[in-house]
Amino acid sequence: MSQPAATKTRISGTAPPSVPVGKRPKYNRRELLTAALLLLPSMAIFAVFNFYPLFQSIYLSLHANDILGLPTRFVGMDQYIEFFSNPELRRITVVTAVFVVMTALPSVVIGIFLALTLQARIRGVNVFRTLMSTPFGFSAAATAVVFAVFFNPAVGVFNGILRMMGMDSVGWLTNPTFALPSLAMVCVWGNIGYTLLVASAGLQNIPDELYEAARLDGAGRWTVIRQVVLPLLTPTIFFLIVIMTINSLQTFGEIHILTGGGPNGATTTLVYGIYQTAFAYGGSNYGLASVQAVVLLVVVTAATWLQFRVLQRKVFYG
Amino acid sequence: MSTQTGLFRPSTLRSLPAYAGLTVLTAVIVFPLYYAVAGSVMTDRELTSFPPALFPSEFTLRNYADVLDAIPLIRQYFNSIFVALVVVGGAVLTSLLAAYAFVFLRFPLKNTLFALFLVTIMVPGESLIIPNYLTISNLGLLDTFPALTLPFLAMGFGTFLLRQFFASFPKEIYEAARMDGCSHMRFMFSILTPLSRPALAALAIYAFITTYNKYFWPLLVTRTPEMQTLQIGLSQLRSLEARDPGLILAGVTLAIIPMLILIYFFQRNIIRGLTSGSVK
Repeated sequence: MSQPAATKTRISGTAPPSVPVGKRPKYNRRELLTAALLLLPSMAIFAVFNFYPLFQSIYLSLHANDILGLPTRFVGMDQYIEFFSNPELRRITVVTAVFVVMTALPSVVIGIFLALTLQARIRGVNVFRTLMSTPFGFSAAATAVVFAVFFNPAVGVFNGILRMMGMDSVGWLTNPTFALPSLAMVCVWGNIGYTLLVASAGLQNIPDELYEAARLDGAGRWTVIRQVVLPLLTPTIFFLIVIMTINSLQTFGEIHILTGGGPNGATTTLVYGIYQTAFAYGGSNYGLASVQAVVLLVVVTAATWLQFRVLQRKVFYG
Repeated sequence: MSTQTGLFRPSTLRSLPAYAGLTVLTAVIVFPLYYAVAGSVMTDRELTSFPPALFPSEFTLRNYADVLDAIPLIRQYFNSIFVALVVVGGAVLTSLLAAYAFVFLRFPLKNTLFALFLVTIMVPGESLIIPNYLTISNLGLLDTFPALTLPFLAMGFGTFLLRQFFASFPKEIYEAARMDGCSHMRFMFSILTPLSRPALAALAIYAFITTYNKYFWPLLVTRTPEMQTLQIGLSQLRSLEARDPGLILAGVTLAIIPMLILIYFFQRNIIRGLTSGSVK
């Protein structure tokens, strides 16, 4: 990074005579010390709260534990095998996958749809954009408790609307069929403020002339969207899909507040599984919980790595 | 943000359906916010009536008084904001120092070290939560402010963001300042920092929002209502949903005010942070 700066100073000054040619010190000692001091605060925090727990999670996942959660003996992959073969535990993987698809895809599609509607050339469109970004201001807990009021089977607005239309009430969060989609709906609402802002930013980068040119060629509105806008928006769409996938994988607050993983495990995802196995009901099965932590780690890291790769490409060729 | 980048042609008459469409969409999206605010001043009789009431017919502040009785909301408000500000200060400072080293200084293993910073972005906090909980517990820090702030005082994403920004900083200014005998610290704080305000602001807002909204970690490391953050306080209200919905909605309204101010007024800075590779 600072190559040019260093080269310049070296040319202007002469190398100290005591240093043999070709063996000049590559780094300046004072500069090394400064760099070390500047990196130290971050590295210290990372060492304690990122790198150590990373290895500790893997370590715990390979060890059985006593009732206090402390590791007792090495069991290798046994707990992984249990996690993927025990039908009750295996369900966590399925629930997680279904939840991610039901949350991430609608969040991205609705966000892009809203961003497209906000491309309308009318006065005050920014006011609409600002208002539509409202869910972004809602934390997981705020979102969850508002929807808890909506979902209430007896007095909630959702069942009120159903009853007004002459339909039967629904146990939004207590019916095993509805619980996961209801939860996904809450999270989608929470996400669309973010996805529409990012999609809008992506649309701003598409030059006006492209629309004009396409329109002059007689292309209709839908054709312009499909043939011009969406292809040019691909990097943004990809970014959003990855971010939303990671975000859904990490969802915790909405599940903890609205369903507690129930009914009967219908909404227990990986992150919620970690919490339940390690901390809920007085159970401290840190070994089995760490297996889920490591599985989550692998999936999220893979997704983030993919995103970095594509982002780099965008930086270089974009 | 220009409104002129239009996908659709302007025309006074044709903009009417656009207004109508956008108004309907906005109403649907904003409804939970509307309901939280409107419901917070409705009586519980009205809130639980059938058909559901959407407008307050009589105005009451009872719910606000009740929520302040139900949880130590003011104390939790203070906790949330204090913790968020400490994390913002700490994370911005450590990121600034580290990003400076990565961009302006020469040292061995630079790329390897930077890769380690990137690793911290990729690894989800939920995967580390058991050992981190044990660390905090073993240090005797459960239910304290250090428990809520310490793990977040360094931020891989912040270093990444500032490094990107500093990389495009004109090298001539740096060289000229160094030639004139300007120390690294002075250059960083009196030249670089003022010129990097947009990036620092984006980072600060991002750190504030993510910390203020945190849920899993504060849930684990706090025990007493006095140390809980606002988010955990809100979740405690959930059980009152059938009996006292107005109280919940008053709590939500109070809790989201700072966030709504941030996202409505600093949208441009936020988008900058969002689109540079952040993880929400």
